[in-house]
Amino acid sequence: MAKHATPKLDQLESGPWPSFVSDIKQEAAYRAANPNKVEFQIPVDCPDDLLGVLELSYNERETHWKHGGIVGVFGYGGGVIGRYCDQPEKFPGVAHFHTVRVNQPAGKYYTTKFLRELCDLWDMRGSGLTNMHGSTGDIVLLGTQTPQLEELFFELTHKMGTDLGGSGSNLRTPAACLGQSRCEYACYDTQDMCYQLTMDYQDELHRPAFPYKFKFKFDGCPNGCVAAMARSDFAVVGTWKDDIRIDHAAVSAYVGGEFAPNAGAHSGRDWGKFDIQAEIVDRCPTQCMSWNGSKLSINNKECTRCMHCINAMPRALGIGNERGASILVGAKAPVLDGAQMGSLLVPFVEVSQPYDEIKEIIEKIWDWWMEDGKNRERLGETIRRLSFQRLLEVVGLEAQAVHVKEPRHNPYIFFNEDEVPGGWERDLEAYRSRHQR
Amino acid sequence: MTEEQQKIVDFLKGKTGKTKFYFNDFLEVFPDKGPRDVKKVLTSMVNAEILEFWSSGSTTMYGLKGAGKQTHAEGED
Repeated sequence: MAKHATPKLDQLESGPWPSFVSDIKQEAAYRAANPNKVEFQIPVDCPDDLLGVLELSYNERETHWKHGGIVGVFGYGGGVIGRYCDQPEKFPGVAHFHTVRVNQPAGKYYTTKFLRELCDLWDMRGSGLTNMHGSTGDIVLLGTQTPQLEELFFELTHKMGTDLGGSGSNLRTPAACLGQSRCEYACYDTQDMCYQLTMDYQDELHRPAFPYKFKFKFDGCPNGCVAAMARSDFAVVGTWKDDIRIDHAAVSAYVGGEFAPNAGAHSGRDWGKFDIQAEIVDRCPTQCMSWNGSKLSINNKECTRCMHCINAMPRALGIGNERGASILVGAKAPVLDGAQMGSLLVPFVEVSQPYDEIKEIIEKIWDWWMEDGKNRERLGETIRRLSFQRLLEVVGLEAQAVHVKEPRHNPYIFFNEDEVPGGWERDLEAYRSRHQR
Repeated sequence: MTEEQQKIVDFLKGKTGKTKFYFNDFLEVFPDKGPRDVKKVLTSMVNAEILEFWSSGSTTMYGLKGAGKQTHAEGED
């Protein structure tokens, strides 16, 4: 028998998709039965009360959560988000219901041992409810109380070899695609770079001093499996400098129907014979491809790395051999000024340990943003307010055509003194010799 | 307490009506120092339990330990 009647939530279970309501009910039933004799450290019925408070919010159309607070582990300014219910008498199981963010492994590779330990730990010291994974990529542990935090932190760090993730005005938990571990498109070792920068920037990750959140994401190729250029302040996206590799025999095999296009991904219905002109050449956004009936050609200097042709014919086309990454900055979700995609800052950089060249750019950006960024202003908003040109000065890069997004709106051109031959100083005597008062 | 730490305590005690401050607010206390040096002072004060973090989840602020409504209101003290 459910602790609270939840007719509205019950209705959500009737749809075709897996339901979070069913998941929470399952956890409520598990905790009530407790077949594994777990010594629950927070109220056993917290999943029931979670359903109860959500039903109340659906009825009243307003939230009963308050978020934020001083809770955390000693010395860390992030990783724990305080959450409290404003109806604690009705729902004592979720009166304190803090979220804990845990740093996910690079590429999200887990051993089953780690996952079992994590779930056992969270069953005992939390609600048992998780979000795998949150938007930033972390393992999100939903709902615990303050006395459990240090205990949980000790177990995670000393016994499971992991750490809390980022929250607040911190470097957020860096995220990487699975990269070269499984993917032939990966242009650099995303997991290694993600791990290395996580270790190198521990202070920024755990001790907040930025104007607002800051996200790194590492995509091995422009397919963008962690959506770096859409979602991170500093996106490192794999790319190549030379030409797309073409295996002409394999192209013919696709045309002849020997290989399924898109690696057979759309085989659920009959799309007819593969048409290389319609499905590949005509879909190239820069029209840099041509097919003469027997040979595929690519004008590589016009390629913008959309990845469509490579994704559609992976056995015939491959990423180039001269590999590295592009760096884009300033992507964000809408709070001020709407959502923004990242702006291209560095078209190509070689990516290899110890990543000093990239770290130098990161640190110059941080120094500038920490000094000139307004409170609660994302990097992308600082760039918009103070100009992309200012960012280029800060990181010491020359403006290039690829930095230009659109024709200028302002007809005036402002020069700095060092950009003008002779500077601002002039010889007044020489001037007066030519011009009388 | 070091001279720098005392400056921060004086700054916080001199403010009325507010108990939590953004990191940027402390840059005014040390006009000759860069953000990274100011952060070192603040971190040392958090480690010495003079200051504490307050986080909304998206933004983090600093305040004197125990100051403000939050500690008592949430039953965390």
